[in-house]
Amino acid sequence: MTDASAPSAAATRLAASGLPAKLEAAWPFLTLGVAGACLPLFGDTYWGVIAARACVYWVLVSGLNLVVGFAGQIAIGWVALLTLGAYTTSVLAAGTVTPPLSPYVALALAGAVGAVFGVIVGLPALRLRTFYFAMTTLGFATIVTQVALAWQSVTGGGIGVEGPVLPEPFSSTWGFYYFCLGLAGICTWMTANLAASRFGRALVAIRDAEVAAEAAGISKPRLLVAVFLFSGAVAAIAGGLFASLQSYITPDAFTFDLSVLFFIAILIGGRGSILGPLLGTIILTVLPEFAAPLVAWSTFLYAALLLIIVLALPGGIAALLDYKNRRPLKRNREIVPRPDLLAGVLARNAGVGALTLDGVALSFGGVHAIDGLDLEIRPGEVHGLIGPNGSGKTTTLNMISGYYAPQTGQVRLSGTTLPPRAPHLRAAHRIARTFQTPRLIGAASVLQNIMVGGTIDGRGMFVESLLALPRHRRDEAALRAAAMLALAAVGLEQLAPVRADRLQHGELRFMEIARALMLRPAFLLLDEPAAGLSAEEIRRLGALIVAISRRGTGVLLVEHHADLIFDICDRVTVLNLGKVLAAGTPAEIRSHREVVNAYLGA
Amino acid sequence: MLESIVSYGLAIGGVYALIGITYNVMFTASRVFSFTAGMLGMLGGVFGALFINRLGLPAGVGFIATLAAGAAIGVVTEAVTVRPVLKNLEQHLYVLSTLAFALLVQQFTAIEWSTEPQPFPRLLNIGESMVDQQFWLPVLACATTIVGLELLYRYTLVGRAFLAIAEDSYAARALGLPEQNLRIASYALAGVIGTLAGFAGGEMLLAFFANAPMLNFYGFVPVALGGMGSNRGAVIGGLALGLFQQAANFLVGGIFASVAVFTVFIIVLLARPEGLAGAAVTRRV
Repeated sequence: MTDASAPSAAATRLAASGLPAKLEAAWPFLTLGVAGACLPLFGDTYWGVIAARACVYWVLVSGLNLVVGFAGQIAIGWVALLTLGAYTTSVLAAGTVTPPLSPYVALALAGAVGAVFGVIVGLPALRLRTFYFAMTTLGFATIVTQVALAWQSVTGGGIGVEGPVLPEPFSSTWGFYYFCLGLAGICTWMTANLAASRFGRALVAIRDAEVAAEAAGISKPRLLVAVFLFSGAVAAIAGGLFASLQSYITPDAFTFDLSVLFFIAILIGGRGSILGPLLGTIILTVLPEFAAPLVAWSTFLYAALLLIIVLALPGGIAALLDYKNRRPLKRNREIVPRPDLLAGVLARNAGVGALTLDGVALSFGGVHAIDGLDLEIRPGEVHGLIGPNGSGKTTTLNMISGYYAPQTGQVRLSGTTLPPRAPHLRAAHRIARTFQTPRLIGAASVLQNIMVGGTIDGRGMFVESLLALPRHRRDEAALRAAAMLALAAVGLEQLAPVRADRLQHGELRFMEIARALMLRPAFLLLDEPAAGLSAEEIRRLGALIVAISRRGTGVLLVEHHADLIFDICDRVTVLNLGKVLAAGTPAEIRSHREVVNAYLGA
Repeated sequence: MLESIVSYGLAIGGVYALIGITYNVMFTASRVFSFTAGMLGMLGGVFGALFINRLGLPAGVGFIATLAAGAAIGVVTEAVTVRPVLKNLEQHLYVLSTLAFALLVQQFTAIEWSTEPQPFPRLLNIGESMVDQQFWLPVLACATTIVGLELLYRYTLVGRAFLAIAEDSYAARALGLPEQNLRIASYALAGVIGTLAGFAGGEMLLAFFANAPMLNFYGFVPVALGGMGSNRGAVIGGLALGLFQQAANFLVGGIFASVAVFTVFIIVLLARPEGLAGAAVTRRV
């Protein structure tokens, strides 16, 4: 097993996240930062105000970007949090309600309030469909402005309230600008860290392949709450700075147009990118300054841009900049799995008992999808599950992985009942699966797709990833190395940096297996993995599956290719109309008269 | 006071109900939630004022012209914002495309028409009646629409084709129904109903660009609560919302009324995301 730790040279290059690679990713940000720092040499104070505004907007947008661009939640009313932060900071600093506080303390408190309200505004996203959620965020934006207008004793109503003034050295135009630039830089750094962490990948997984994310053990509620906390906090801090920049705020300052600007900056920039939305924010803030007559038309132009982006360039600026993924891929690619590498991928799950189904039944309306099914999948064996269409194969798989709850009967692992309707808890039991139609995270690279599979093995917390603390870096290095090894084992390591949606169908099937292997599964559920593969690919797939099972993993194989089933399975169960028609060794099944009649044909 | 709550509440509720039906007509034809519903309502008021007040057309001609313009905008909506993104419905790009289109029209109206509310013409030249025409016109429009839609869906072949598409568009296409033409027709119909809402409620709401987001939200509340696609839910919910809002307006003040509506909306949706009458979707894998 000397080969186990020697993936190919290309893989090693990718796995190494050395200084050159980091510099290559960071240079656009560094350039922008240096240009920003030198701005006072070129512009007058008018430009100082505009640039400070762009920085303030970016502080908000950087957080919102995680919600909209990464998690794919259509939060269009985020101006509500800007309003909230602006009023909280101003009121606390002015001392209308409390004794006057230092502007820094007021900003920090506004951040805390914003974090709480970020969760309140965002929580409906866990239950509601996209359009409904968009509507609730819009509703919040309206309500907050109305409350600000009505609560005169605190907010000054329509007359307004003075914004906070930061003490020296940040009181001058350029001083304030540097303060905002610094915060914007910190936000960029934090969100970029997060984007490159298991949390960032999990967000994109929720956006593009929610079901696969659940199977990888990602808990959408916990992740989204963390993101809403962060993005609410930075939005409210941006609000405080916005108030300071305006020097005087009234409810009129927080129009819906601002919300549109924030939201569209992200989409123009491109979903799942940090640089794109940053450029988008700068462009949208500065654009009206170049042509005074455009100011009245700015929202009209933003809307037109949004329409064009959605219809013609869904990837936004980020897709334009992503020149690497426009290079043609090699034709006639071959997938050559290397089962010998599995030793490094799969740890032996010692002492795990069998996965059993006892008298499980489930009907949809009047249809008995599964009707009293007993099944035992033992570690180290390949168990085939075959049967005609509609016989309940995929339903069985979905029940084991927790998407459906059995109406009667139990699904047990080593004798313990697995909780029904909790697919995200299966990963912790080391039960991994693939899907009938590959669930890929199309906009992410193949490597990132694989790394999503190992999400639950990370140890660092959300905050540690934001700040790139040591545990985050250790997690990343370990996940990356494991993912490269899994990719090499299924034979896809050459494609690691490629966007997953550029892959061919067969490659996606192997990619899903690699993702499942990241869990070091005790049980692996494969839903028609050979569908759409060539004969040669099926043969290689078979060898790979056998090798996986010989490392101690129990494999449940749902398949229509009878040859594959009979070649590699240790035992086979045949379903018909939700019941077991026959069970036994491949040889027994092949000669079973009813099976031959009902399914195999003579 | 009770009289004004009821008359004003039912009138504004009728407008909300019509906007709700506009959402429904577009939704059943294409499974798309469209941000353009409120925009159509706003345009009903603006077109009415434009044709009758500014261009001096007779009320009847102005009415027909408004509805025709609404139908045209409906067709444009379908072609520009719905058809291109229909292939990947699960990506929800329609939320963005319809939002963008609605914003475009709304901003254009604000700049080219006026950013201030403009008066809407008095439609009928009749004397003082028991209840003013601005109050009973929306209710009448709502009732006419409901009866008209029922007749259309029940007794005409086109109407049944609409229903077939709403039920299962794949099966309908397999049967040879011209799905795309029916969808275009639905969007034209939605344009007519939306502008009718704004036109009928014009005297009350005035010709004002900012009516678009307002109607968008309050028109969506009844259909979201009643269950998407249900016109009965839209009408009952719309009228109830109008009455509730006016009662709260008179009793505790407008801002608390908005907060109350919003709170109820959120709580009901969180408890039953599919709406009070809708059915949950179970299959995901």
